[in-house]
Amino acid sequence: MSELFVCNAAELVEGGRKLIANGADQIGVLRAGGALHAFLNVCPHQGGPVCEGLVVHKVEEIIDADKTYRGMRFNADVLHIVCPWHGWEFNIATGRCAGDGKLALKRYPVIERDGGIYVAI
Amino acid sequence: MRIRSSDPAYDLHIEGYNTSHHLGNARKQADARGLDDVLIVDVDCHHYETDNFEPILEFIDDPALRHIALNTYKYKGPAAMLYDQPGYQDVGGRVTRYLTRKGEKIEETGGHREVEQTLRWMNALSVDYACLFPTPMLFLGLHPQAEVEVALARAYNRWITEVILPSNPRLRSMLYLPFNDPEATYRTVNEFAGKPGVIGFMVVSTRYKPVYENAYMKTYAFLEEAGLPLSFHASYHWNDQLTSLSNRFITAHAVGFTFFNAVHCANWVVNGLPERFPKLKVIWIESGLAWIPWLMQRLDNDFRMRTSEAPALKRLPSEYMRDMFYTTQPMEMVNNQEALELTFKMINADTQLLYSSDYPHWDMDLPSTIWDLPFLKEQSKRNILGLNAKRVFNLDISNQFPNGVKGG
Repeated sequence: MSELFVCNAAELVEGGRKLIANGADQIGVLRAGGALHAFLNVCPHQGGPVCEGLVVHKVEEIIDADKTYRGMRFNADVLHIVCPWHGWEFNIATGRCAGDGKLALKRYPVIERDGGIYVAI
Repeated sequence: MRIRSSDPAYDLHIEGYNTSHHLGNARKQADARGLDDVLIVDVDCHHYETDNFEPILEFIDDPALRHIALNTYKYKGPAAMLYDQPGYQDVGGRVTRYLTRKGEKIEETGGHREVEQTLRWMNALSVDYACLFPTPMLFLGLHPQAEVEVALARAYNRWITEVILPSNPRLRSMLYLPFNDPEATYRTVNEFAGKPGVIGFMVVSTRYKPVYENAYMKTYAFLEEAGLPLSFHASYHWNDQLTSLSNRFITAHAVGFTFFNAVHCANWVVNGLPERFPKLKVIWIESGLAWIPWLMQRLDNDFRMRTSEAPALKRLPSEYMRDMFYTTQPMEMVNNQEALELTFKMINADTQLLYSSDYPHWDMDLPSTIWDLPFLKEQSKRNILGLNAKRVFNLDISNQFPNGVKGG
């Protein structure tokens, strides 16, 4: 396993992202939800640049105790990253596709060390 | 361009949007698969005519209507003449190009911005020829004034044939038919058939005029004689009495894009139009593929019990449907691939299926959706991606493939 330097840790604030080259591939590194995440910049759907998409909280329905619908809200505990080509959403914490859990983004370990951020490949 | 997130910390900032960059991964796919050596004809893709709407309005013949259109446009924009309805195609900014493509910087090289932007995505997808359709005009068949549809159809058709199509031989179009007025429809095919780049005519199926009305027969006869395809392009109508039961865009889209084409197709078959116009090439566009086996089975089952209600038919309804043509997008990539393979068999995909991307819309399909199907032989992939369209539209591909194309 080798490491790729991404950037200095201070450069990647919450909500920030960097794209780095790994040969012909691109890896997207994001700081979101207080943690670092790295994914191959290829959506498992049709290959879109998923790491360049919107980061947004999961949408959920509000259902009352009597099972009636009361609207929608964002779940502040679950962040998604959305492929900008078609809108496929992925849970940033797990990489799993929100609409079909059998599919997932390719994840890489991210290391924050001595003021730097590295991706293990 | 700032695209709002659920929290400002995650707002997405996109500066210098560029179609070629947005589709960089598509270009990689094309290179990895050698698609530049494959003829790819995109039978259904779009531009936004509202990006250039004022020049189109200038083409309106009726001076009084043109006067209204141009002055109202100044404060109301395209809604001055077009019928609009709710819709959230960009999924709240998640499909980013809806918000960014209009601000894309296009070098002024003397070409039309519309053409330059189209060529960027065509080159990324390795599309050789694109059949361009408008976008907001897909709702024009719902406009309460038939004369507005007629006027805008002719204005648009003149604009695209006089301004856009002559600028690049890779661009083609099936022209918009003002189908709510059968006489104007007939005038349109007479006027524009044979113009450079015109490879057929298109009816937006989202409307309430039945295809079997006698008034259309001379148009069908003309197209059959001219060898020009007639296509039916789906869209949705959220205010349709049935679709209005839907409270989410996903539902209105999923059923709307399917039902209108399904109803027109069923009427086309049951009224025996394939018997009256056996050589007329009919194409059903942008309803996906899953609806076709459903309708084939429904009609075959009913027909054998109620033959007297469709006395013109000499074969099963599904057999007529198998003679028609279908575009691929949005191809339902179901988890059960056997279902997709069976669908391909049921529609004779090898000869009847035509690739379409629907780019730049949110449910666009890349050529890899066909090229990567494990159950297709290479020749079938080539047929679907371009060779079937070459045959159906009698396309001259010599400018892209001067030495011919493999498999063709």
